[in-house]
Amino acid sequence: MSRIAGCFAALAAQGRKALIPYVTAGDPSASVTVPLMHAMVEAGSDIIELGMPFSDPMADGPVIQLACERSLAAGTTLLGVLDMVRQFRQDNDTTPVVLMGYLNPVEAMGYEVFAERAAAAGVDGVLLVDLPPEEAGELAPLFDRHGLDRVFLLAPTTTEARMKTIAEAGTGYLYYVSLKGVTGSASLNAEEVAAKVETIRKHAKLPIGVGFGIKDAASAQAVSRVADGVVVGSALVQRIADHAQQPEAIPAQVAGLLAEMRAAMDHSE
Amino acid sequence: MTQGPDYAAFPDPRGHFGAYGGRFVSETLMAALAELEETYAQLRDDPVFRADFDRDMAHYVGRPSPLYLAERWSKKLGGAQIFLKREDLNHTGSHKVNNTIGQALLAKHMGKPRVIAETGAGQHGVATATVAARLGLKCQIYMGAEDVERQKLNVFRMRLLGAEVIPVTSGSATLKDAMNEAMRDWVTNVDDTYYIIGTVAGPHPYPMLVRDFHCIIGREARAQHLEQTGRLPDALVACVGGGSNAIGLFHPFLNDDGVAMYGVEAGGDGLETGRHAAPLSAGRPGVLHGNRTYLMEDADGQIIHTHSVSAGLDYPGVGPEHAWLKDIGRVQYVAVTDKEVLAAFHELTRVEGIMPALETAHAVAYAAKLAPTLSPEQSIIINLSGRGDKDIHTVAAMEGQ
Repeated sequence: MSRIAGCFAALAAQGRKALIPYVTAGDPSASVTVPLMHAMVEAGSDIIELGMPFSDPMADGPVIQLACERSLAAGTTLLGVLDMVRQFRQDNDTTPVVLMGYLNPVEAMGYEVFAERAAAAGVDGVLLVDLPPEEAGELAPLFDRHGLDRVFLLAPTTTEARMKTIAEAGTGYLYYVSLKGVTGSASLNAEEVAAKVETIRKHAKLPIGVGFGIKDAASAQAVSRVADGVVVGSALVQRIADHAQQPEAIPAQVAGLLAEMRAAMDHSE
Repeated sequence: MTQGPDYAAFPDPRGHFGAYGGRFVSETLMAALAELEETYAQLRDDPVFRADFDRDMAHYVGRPSPLYLAERWSKKLGGAQIFLKREDLNHTGSHKVNNTIGQALLAKHMGKPRVIAETGAGQHGVATATVAARLGLKCQIYMGAEDVERQKLNVFRMRLLGAEVIPVTSGSATLKDAMNEAMRDWVTNVDDTYYIIGTVAGPHPYPMLVRDFHCIIGREARAQHLEQTGRLPDALVACVGGGSNAIGLFHPFLNDDGVAMYGVEAGGDGLETGRHAAPLSAGRPGVLHGNRTYLMEDADGQIIHTHSVSAGLDYPGVGPEHAWLKDIGRVQYVAVTDKEVLAAFHELTRVEGIMPALETAHAVAYAAKLAPTLSPEQSIIINLSGRGDKDIHTVAAMEGQ
């Protein structure tokens, strides 16, 4: 069983939901990321989505755009991101790590080389925002061969017919984007999300994570009632931005918010 | 007679031109693109839609645009006869309006009350604001903050037409960043908004439908050249940023094997300096803005800043059909420098009384090199894609006036 499948199975057995934080690797500098990953696990995170910075993050709002800019300005490369995962794995062999980003840096490295190196570094899954299943035909078998899960997005605009296609193409978990917009934009509507997740479940056996619009303990709790995982990104990245000048404070700042979310999710009945 | 592929059969049903094109967007936009694809598939051969388009082309845009023999300039260069396809005489002053008329008809058909667009030099922004005014659509235009500064005249024109111009300060504050921001807007307002992409790039079906609307340029030019000379031209020359005016001229000639084609990219300070916007000449394939194509990127796949004197060509990518035409060798892609462009701008203005846009002046500059290598029995068509009024301040500033 993959780390991701194992993680969701263990949580399900305990009746708990996955807390999935997103941070951009190398933001504001490379030395922050690995200690931050450990701190996020300490605070109760179950899976880490680690952002591969890109110069043109079209699906992201200003908070993550600026995180990409800070990271790239600090000299982060895709190889550097993989090295952060390798370092993290030296002290943590259980928490799944999913790389999230855009296709072009992966394409520049080469699909085969990327899949090999990512697996060797200890990456468990990959989510490429601008790679829908229709264009993933070349990458999918490479990811399979190297034991990397393929995480795909579903959106409020996704038709039921497409839900089926995406559910069949994905492995690990599915990521439902709770609202029309970029990351960090509005607040989600929990009732609409609940209805949509129910529809997705008709077509998918995979666990469903929900992201976009989750800002605090209350929204994390609301989503944890209907989804298998709660993805939180911009709210954490904003804390990193606020402390970019005191990077030693970042792990505790991010962990603080995650701990609040964890507590709310675990006491949601 | 043709030995090449059946060019009309491209893109394939999933939007690919060979290895290029496709639909690389986040999931939220997939439904909107599918809807656009279906709508266009229904309408592209619909006689009523075509009649609407043709009528607007004739009576609103002023087509057909003339094919003008630049006799004095041709003599001066001492080689081929040079014909100018006068897209600068279209309403709004460039070829861009062919596409915005077509897409606005699609937006109207799809019942979208709001249109958005990205713009570099502002020509596409003006053409979009124009059709939006005419159809009573709400219109917002994303434009890099640097371009807002260097294309003030067009910014004012857009505002007069009732559009809101939103300066984009992220990244390099030029055309690529404006396109990022337009995509972000679309993903947020996808229910009521139609995104009028201004070039033959972006996710399928945009490269195909923008091309189709601009093919009127090449169809007219082909018939006009036959009528005026009794034969086909020997070469076509057009500037290439995203590549919409070039594909519009080239496409109807692709099956004519004897017609050579040259797409002229922005060489900026020179390809060897790295300060340019010439992905086909000096970039490599990658994925940006919804399609696979040639890009200006670093070794790590990050998009690099481009440089060109012309805001409209200052873009790190290019339409996927051009990427494919380059690989199969049907079109030659070349680059000219800012300096050569400026000289060409003055040359055409002084010799023929026609002031080209700085984008267009790239094609003029290359044609000035090509013409003397051909004989007076041969001919070249330049796509004179836009007028230069918008650029006079840039030219003055560059020359210290």
